[in-house]
Amino acid sequence: MALDKSELEKIAHLARLHITKAESEEVMLRITDILALIDEMQSINTNDVAPLAHPLDLLQRLRTDEITERDYRDELQSLAPEAQEGLYLVPKVIE
Amino acid sequence: MEWETVIGLEVHVQLSTKSKLFSGTASQFGAEPNTQANIYDLALPGVLPVLNEEALKHAVKFGLAINASISKTSVFDRKNYFYPDLPKGYQISQLDFPTVGKGSLMINLEDGSEKVIGVTRAHMEEDAGKSLHEDFHGMSGIDLNRAGTPLLEIVSEPDLRNAKEAVAYLKKLHSIILYLDISDAIMAQGSMRCDANVSIRPKGEIELGTRTEIKNINSFRFVEKAINYEVQRQQEVIQDGSRVVQETRLYDAELNETRSMRSKEVANDYRYFPEPDLLPIVIDQAFIDSIRETLPELPDAKKARFVKEFGLNDYDASVITNNRDMAEYFESVTRDSGDAKLAANWITGDLQALLNKNNWEITESPIQAYRLAQLIARIKDNTISGKIAKRIFEGMIEDSSSVDDIIEEAGLKQVTDSGEIEKLVDEVIDNNPDQVQQFREGKQQVLSYLVGQAMKLSRGKANPNQVNQFLRNKLK
Repeated sequence: MALDKSELEKIAHLARLHITKAESEEVMLRITDILALIDEMQSINTNDVAPLAHPLDLLQRLRTDEITERDYRDELQSLAPEAQEGLYLVPKVIE
Repeated sequence: MEWETVIGLEVHVQLSTKSKLFSGTASQFGAEPNTQANIYDLALPGVLPVLNEEALKHAVKFGLAINASISKTSVFDRKNYFYPDLPKGYQISQLDFPTVGKGSLMINLEDGSEKVIGVTRAHMEEDAGKSLHEDFHGMSGIDLNRAGTPLLEIVSEPDLRNAKEAVAYLKKLHSIILYLDISDAIMAQGSMRCDANVSIRPKGEIELGTRTEIKNINSFRFVEKAINYEVQRQQEVIQDGSRVVQETRLYDAELNETRSMRSKEVANDYRYFPEPDLLPIVIDQAFIDSIRETLPELPDAKKARFVKEFGLNDYDASVITNNRDMAEYFESVTRDSGDAKLAANWITGDLQALLNKNNWEITESPIQAYRLAQLIARIKDNTISGKIAKRIFEGMIEDSSSVDDIIEEAGLKQVTDSGEIEKLVDEVIDNNPDQVQQFREGKQQVLSYLVGQAMKLSRGKANPNQVNQFLRNKLK
């Protein structure tokens, strides 16, 4: 499965990533490689393989319940397309 | 046709932690929008989750309290869906290997009977943010303060058979959670939320009917009303010859109705898969045991002890142990006054009425346990009568001085001086010759009238036992 240019542009837009024309060729090749890898993985018969929660044979470390972050709202909201009264604004969504 | 209702509840509880489930951002209620939403919570590229140990301990503690199996290995999964209040595009939850497995709890029904309700599982997950849809010129406003707050989702078995049982279950859960101190569980603030799965089936039928899930039920009262409405609606649907559709319905408290929200069959494919950014969570027996040691005496055990140790009746014991602070207050009053029965009567009577009237928690009571104990002690040593005590109690609400000072100041000390009581009794006998005559002719019940007159004359201060004694002696 290969990716065409318009699909790449659409995904980049949805992910809010800016990819220059110069980069787009390489990014497209790399994503195509990943998709090929997925195709390969999906062709493997895993009927007798026990499900694995994680490929690394390690255990999760826990975090002490402490506040380590301060309030970065102003810095973070300066990155957002639109913010008002402290809220991030997005196209209207309602069920 | 006679119908049977089948209800299962999914209860979300926000765990009390200083920081979020997977990040070191503060997670306090009521902060300015987005002041508790940092790079992890906003899902900026490259951030990774690290599990909060305290949240895990809270989950295990809850599991132990309901005698559930605790998973030594639990796994987090991604539940994928798109909504702007969920910036990652997925919620980290637990699907196949939740931290808490099967357990149960006992509910107390109105007729005094008990019923065991199964808990299927309780899993940890992160809360989403909040969306505001008004006032932004066609845009929605997003507040991500709540995003990432640790939640425990407690799923019951479909063991509940009517709305009252559902409320009793929710109340018991609420009580246990407060005893464990793992959440403030305030439904009005959303730190405890309830969804109800409701279906009906002909009585005697074993197979479950098609269920609907009711969301947005944010008080104990609404749980009952929403379920009753939904049961009625489903009966009407079936009696009209239609079928109940499996769907999510929203409860509208103002109109007291449920409305279709979205159809589950078409909308939900969460594409769960194990969260690759988190390793399996493995805990050992020592970890579990160390948490077991922190378990307080739970409501059922406390209730049984209060019945046995203090001779309380079932009802009083239930009311008092329902709330941990109330139970502690009771034990303190009992210890200081030496009278459990009077302590229970005052707490479930006058004190409860006072708290209800002012919407106070027991911890906010202007009459602290040691002061109520003083009041009871003065009833017991005959300084004041029970009737006067009610007036002193009223005075104690405003006046924080000692009970003895309040009694002294109000001049309400009980009269136990026999000379004074004799004078009172003589006056009553002189003023009521007819009743005295009737009593002497054998009409015993007139005596209480005469005692009443003497009490009235003393403005309630005379010791009624002594008055009774004097009257009997004089009228012999």
